[in-house]
Amino acid sequence: MNIIGKITIAGMLILAIVPPVLLLSGQAFYMDLATRLVILGIGAVSLNLILGFGGMVSFGHAAFIGLGAYAVGIPAYHATYGEFEMVASYNGLFHIALAVGFSALFALFTGAISLRTKGVYFIMITMAFGQMAYYFFLSLDVYGGDDGLTIDVRSELPLINLDSPMQLYGLSYVSLLIAMLLVNRIVNSRFGMVLQGTKGNAERMATLGYNTYYYQLLAYVISGAMCGYAGFLLGNFTTFISPDMMHWTRSGELMFMVILGGASTALGPILGSSLFILLEEILSSFTIYWHLPFGLLLILVVLFIRGGLMGLFKSKSGELK
Amino acid sequence: MSTLLQVSGLKKQFGGVKATDDVNIEVIKGELHAIIGPNGAGKTTLISQLSGAVRPDSGSIIFKGRNITNRPAHTRAKLGITRSFQITSLIMSMSVLDNVALAVQAHDGHSFKLFKPARKVTHLRENALKTLQQVGLENRADEPASALSHGEHRQLELAIALASSAEMMLLDEPMAGLGPEESTTMINFLKTLKGQKTILLIEHDMDAVFALADRISVLVYGKIIATGKPDEIRANDDVRHAYLGEE
Repeated sequence: MNIIGKITIAGMLILAIVPPVLLLSGQAFYMDLATRLVILGIGAVSLNLILGFGGMVSFGHAAFIGLGAYAVGIPAYHATYGEFEMVASYNGLFHIALAVGFSALFALFTGAISLRTKGVYFIMITMAFGQMAYYFFLSLDVYGGDDGLTIDVRSELPLINLDSPMQLYGLSYVSLLIAMLLVNRIVNSRFGMVLQGTKGNAERMATLGYNTYYYQLLAYVISGAMCGYAGFLLGNFTTFISPDMMHWTRSGELMFMVILGGASTALGPILGSSLFILLEEILSSFTIYWHLPFGLLLILVVLFIRGGLMGLFKSKSGELK
Repeated sequence: MSTLLQVSGLKKQFGGVKATDDVNIEVIKGELHAIIGPNGAGKTTLISQLSGAVRPDSGSIIFKGRNITNRPAHTRAKLGITRSFQITSLIMSMSVLDNVALAVQAHDGHSFKLFKPARKVTHLRENALKTLQQVGLENRADEPASALSHGEHRQLELAIALASSAEMMLLDEPMAGLGPEESTTMINFLKTLKGQKTILLIEHDMDAVFALADRISVLVYGKIIATGKPDEIRANDDVRHAYLGEE
């Protein structure tokens, strides 16, 4: 096994062992951090599928997280306060189906339009769709508008109790593992080869006979659905949801994570989300202007380390790809 | 002898420049048809219109009896037209073998398989490797395309065009930038393809063109001024004046 594979396994082992040990030794705060980074890690992994492997720089990915979170919040709200019986439910499987289903639909609709553009225009149009989702939920006064919505009862799942921090972390961690394996399978499949080829040279792919549009669209839908699932977890974790989760700055944070950690690698997005959460925690304890040093760091990484943090290991191991 | 590709009245204008000005070409199945012409004659623009990368302003392109004038590039590729690029167009981050395997896969019809690892699909890999052997690149199969030399890139371009198993190959200056020795290898290789494939070849290297072509069309300022066998073209006065110069 190459060094990248070893580092990936080591990183995932640390995430499997350290947070639960800390929780058992009474450090609940670190468990909170770890849960957030694992959930955002799923979002970053999903974004990496299209950004890192597909070359599609989506600046609206937080919309899917928001959709997933509202897929928990809205049914739970109606289950508690009545009305709109059709969706009123605490059933977690129902919430997941809603989160994944609506995210996939939203991705299909916005992707079908966005993918007709390229480059900077694609970035702008995905951001515009993300902001549309943001303003849509902002204007929904029933669900708190910009004040947000508190989730009184977490999703009910068979065998798993999401009120237990340990079990919530366990579910999030296993979900992250599955998301990583899924993305790894997809990018190495025949479909994934077309996706990566399109990133590398779209004109060549068209000349070979590939209608690249449909490959990119399917990848976009898969990515959106996966990110919606991360939203389901995030809603259950924070138990408070607001349109702010969908704001374009949140999408930017997801992009930070992918680029900081290393796009088109398996562990990169996780490294990125870990560093993001840690730096946010550490830097914000010194200054409320913590975005400034954070931004400078990102600039340094982009300027001096090709391929993000994973790029450091790659250049050491002498791999070209 | 049947016509494979029929181009009639093709026109393309970029601003004030008539890049393609009422071009008529007939390519017969199995022949190697070369297009020569001075720099800026519109040769690459012509190929780009045939491959679907550029839409003509007017005129028609009939391939195997089908009007493909308005079909996008990927549809034409499916029908059996492939092209190589004058300026090397590869997927540099992928391995040499992956580049060729993608060309094989394009006509295999299973590109929406999401989970089975592509590199374990043996018939794709074997066919790709066979094609690499044909052009003599099998030893570089696992290297990233970016690690190859310019001459090897030209060979890989050709391997990709071959691997797509298209009936008609549009080759845009396959000898561009090659040294004399590499050029000879390439010419000999193209000779082995004669008869198996219908080839429309754009080339600057006159020795290559006269050694390879069954027929030659001469393109000057977007117009075809002559079409004929190599000897006829050599003897043609218009061509001498416009292109070959007085000898």
